[in-house]
Amino acid sequence: MHCLWCDEEVVPEVHWGNLLLPDRITHLCGKCEAALEKLEGNLCDKCGRHVDREGETCRDCRRWEQLSQWEGVLTRNRSVYTYNGRMQTMLAKWKYRGDYKLREAFEHEFRDTFHQVFTRDFRKRATLVPIPLSEERLCERGFNQAAALIDLLGKPAEQLLTRTHGEKQSKKTRRERIFTENPFTLTRPTDKPVILIDDIYTTGTTLRHAARTLKNQGCPEVFSLTLARS
Amino acid sequence: MAGILNKLIAIISFYLYANVPLFGRDVEFQEKELVFISNFISSIQSYFHPAFDWIPSINISSETPSDVFSAKDLLSIANRFSGKLLLREEMKIEEVLWDELTETGMLQAVEAIESRWWGWRCRRCGNKLRRMFAEIPCARCNQTHIYCRNCVEMGRVLECQQLYVWTGPPPKWPVQEEACRWDGELTHAQQQASDRIRGVMERGAGELLTWAVCGAGKTEMLFAGIGCSLEAGKRVCLATPRTDVVRELLPRFRQAFPGTSISALYGGSEDKAADGQLVLATTHQLLRFARAFDILIIDEIDAFPYHNDPSLPFATSRAAKIGASRIYLTATPRKEQRCRLEHGQLDCVFVPIRFHGCLLPVPRLIFSNKMKKDLQKNMPPVAFFDWLRQRRHPERQLLVFVPYVELAGKMEKAIGPLLRKEWGELAIASVHAADEDREKKVQQFRNRELQLLITTTILERGVTFPSVDVVVLDSGHEVFDEAALVQIAGRAGRSPDDPDGEVLFFHAGKTRSMVAAVRSIKEMNNRAVKF
Repeated sequence: MHCLWCDEEVVPEVHWGNLLLPDRITHLCGKCEAALEKLEGNLCDKCGRHVDREGETCRDCRRWEQLSQWEGVLTRNRSVYTYNGRMQTMLAKWKYRGDYKLREAFEHEFRDTFHQVFTRDFRKRATLVPIPLSEERLCERGFNQAAALIDLLGKPAEQLLTRTHGEKQSKKTRRERIFTENPFTLTRPTDKPVILIDDIYTTGTTLRHAARTLKNQGCPEVFSLTLARS
Repeated sequence: MAGILNKLIAIISFYLYANVPLFGRDVEFQEKELVFISNFISSIQSYFHPAFDWIPSINISSETPSDVFSAKDLLSIANRFSGKLLLREEMKIEEVLWDELTETGMLQAVEAIESRWWGWRCRRCGNKLRRMFAEIPCARCNQTHIYCRNCVEMGRVLECQQLYVWTGPPPKWPVQEEACRWDGELTHAQQQASDRIRGVMERGAGELLTWAVCGAGKTEMLFAGIGCSLEAGKRVCLATPRTDVVRELLPRFRQAFPGTSISALYGGSEDKAADGQLVLATTHQLLRFARAFDILIIDEIDAFPYHNDPSLPFATSRAAKIGASRIYLTATPRKEQRCRLEHGQLDCVFVPIRFHGCLLPVPRLIFSNKMKKDLQKNMPPVAFFDWLRQRRHPERQLLVFVPYVELAGKMEKAIGPLLRKEWGELAIASVHAADEDREKKVQQFRNRELQLLITTTILERGVTFPSVDVVVLDSGHEVFDEAALVQIAGRAGRSPDDPDGEVLFFHAGKTRSMVAAVRSIKEMNNRAVKF
C-alpha cells in the first residue's frame, strides 16, 4: 500500500490482534492521517463546528435562526473534518484538479460519521441527495464531488435538485453568499426526510437554499452531512 | 510442439545474435508470424524504453489558405504551438481558430494515455506505475475512464481527452548575424569547455557531459555555443531544476542575447505563450513539450528532483528533437553518468578550476562524540563553539547546514542568546523550503545584513554568497550524500576577492559519503593543479 496523498509506502503492522481479523485497509499513512483534524468534542447543535460548551449553538447559527425565512430550514449539519490547511489542499486537488481517487482517503471516516450521526432507522427512511453542480461545471470537472461522497457510503443518490449556472461560491464574500438568489430547482418533490451531502459547509447558504427548495415542496425534514466544516 | 519450440529459439536468437539462425536450425517465418513477433518484441521494449513514435511529424505547408487567420498570424501561432503537447484547455484560443486549426490538420490529436498489455503509460509524464492510474466516472461521456494521477496537478489527463501536437508549418525565428553580445573573457579552462560545447551543438546529435566544479562559471561557457545555434535558426532550451535559477538566469541571458526572443518558464511564471527561440525553464515545464528543441541543455543533472523523478528524464528525452544535441552540466555526476563515462558511452569535458583560478576549499572533518546529544538539545556541538572562537576570518559570514527542517528553527532560538552574549549584537536567521520569507532571508544574507544563516539542504546549490565559511552539522546524516556535501563545500570561496573559505563537517563518525566527497574534491584539485 502507498499513501494516497504523499505516496509514501505504508507497511501494515502484523500482530496477534489483527492476525485473524485483519485491520481495515488504510489509504493514508500515519503522518497524513494525523494532519487531518476530525471534528469531535463539543459541537454546535446546528452546524457541527467546535463550540465552548456542550449543547450550545454557535453565533452564526443563532443569526440564521433569527431570520424568519431561514428558521428551522436545516435541522442539523454534521461534518467530518475541520477545514484546516491540509484539508484545503486535499479538497483542491480532489475537486479542482480532479484527482477522483483521493476521495478514498476519506472513505472510512465519512462512513463512520454517517453511521454515528444518523440512526439505522433514520438511515433507512431518509433519501440521500447530493448538492448538484450546474451543467457547465459538471462538464468542466467531469464529476460531482457530492455524488462521489454518496457513492462512498454505498447508497443510492437521488438527484432531486438541479442547479443553474452561477459564479463559484468560493470566489464570493460571506455577505454576497448569504444574499444570493436560490440557484436550485426541484426535479421531483419528496415526502421523505432528506440528508443533503456536500463536500464543505462554509456559511451554510448553499445547504440552506437546497433545504428550503426541498421543504417548500413537502419534504418534512432536512439534515446535511459534509466532509469539511470551515 | 517441436515446431513452436524451434520458432521460439529462433526468435530469441534473432534478437540476441542479430539475425543469425542458431544451432543450425533452419526456420522459415511466414509474414504474419514476423509481424506478430515484432509486435510482441516491441511491446516488451515499450515497457522499458518509451517510444515517441506517436508524435506526428510536421507535414503541412504554410501555403494553406484560410480566411480565419493571415499568413502572419499563422507564423505567430506556429511559434506558439510548435513543439508543444497541450490539452485543449491549456491552449487558450478562440473556438473559431481552434476549429480551423484542427480541420486543416495543423493541430493533431494524440491519445493521452497509451494502453499496453502491461498496463498504461501517460504520454505526458511517462508514468507507468499501476497505482498512479485511477478510474473516474466521466460525466461528459458517461463512461469510466482511466486518468493519470502523477501529473494531475498540471490539469487532469483523461483517457477520453486528447493531447494536441502542432503539425503545421515549422516556427520561423528572426535571422541574426551576431546573436551573442556577451563580451566577457573566459579562462583557459572555460574556453576549452566552451569550444567543446560549441562543437557538439554545431554537429548535432550528440551528448556531452560538462563536469565543472562549483563556481566554474558554467553559464558563460554556454554562451558561444548558444549564440552559434541561434544564428543557425535552431531552438535552444536550458532546463534547470530550480525556479530561483531560472529567475536569476533570465536577466543575464537577456543581456547576452538582446536580439533573441527568450521565454522563462516556471510554475507561476507570467510567460504563458512560451514562444521564445531560447527557452529557460524548470525541468517540470518540459512536460508540456514534445520534439521541440534542437539543443537541450540540462543543468544540474544530478540534482533533486531530476535525479529522483522518472518523469523528468522522460520529458527531457521527449522535448528534444530527433538528432538534437544534449549538453549536461554537473559538478557531481551520479552513478549512472559515471558508469556511462567509464564505458565510453558519454563524452565528457572537465572544468576543474573555478573561474577565479583558485582551488576548491577542502572540507575538514571534525569528530564530536556528543553530537547527537547536543543536537537533541538543539545545540551545535562544543567543538563548533571552540572553532568559532578562534576563526581565522571572523569577518566572514557563516552558513550552517542542518539535516532536518525542525532543527533549523529551534537552533536559531537556542544559540541566538548564547552568541549574542559573547559577540554582541548578531543577526541570525534560519530558512527552510516551506519558509514564506525564504527569498527575503536569502537576499538579506547576500546583502550581509545577516551574519549567520541556519539552513536545510535547500541552499546546497545554485546560490552564491561572496564570502562565507560553511559548517555542516551532523554531516553523517543520510540527507547529506556525496553530491550534497560536494555542493555544500562549493558554497565557500566563490568570490575572487576571498577565494578560500573554510568548510567544516561536524560528525559523530565518518560515513562513506563524507569520505567520498572529500576525495572527489581533492581529485578535482589535483586535476586543476595539472591543468
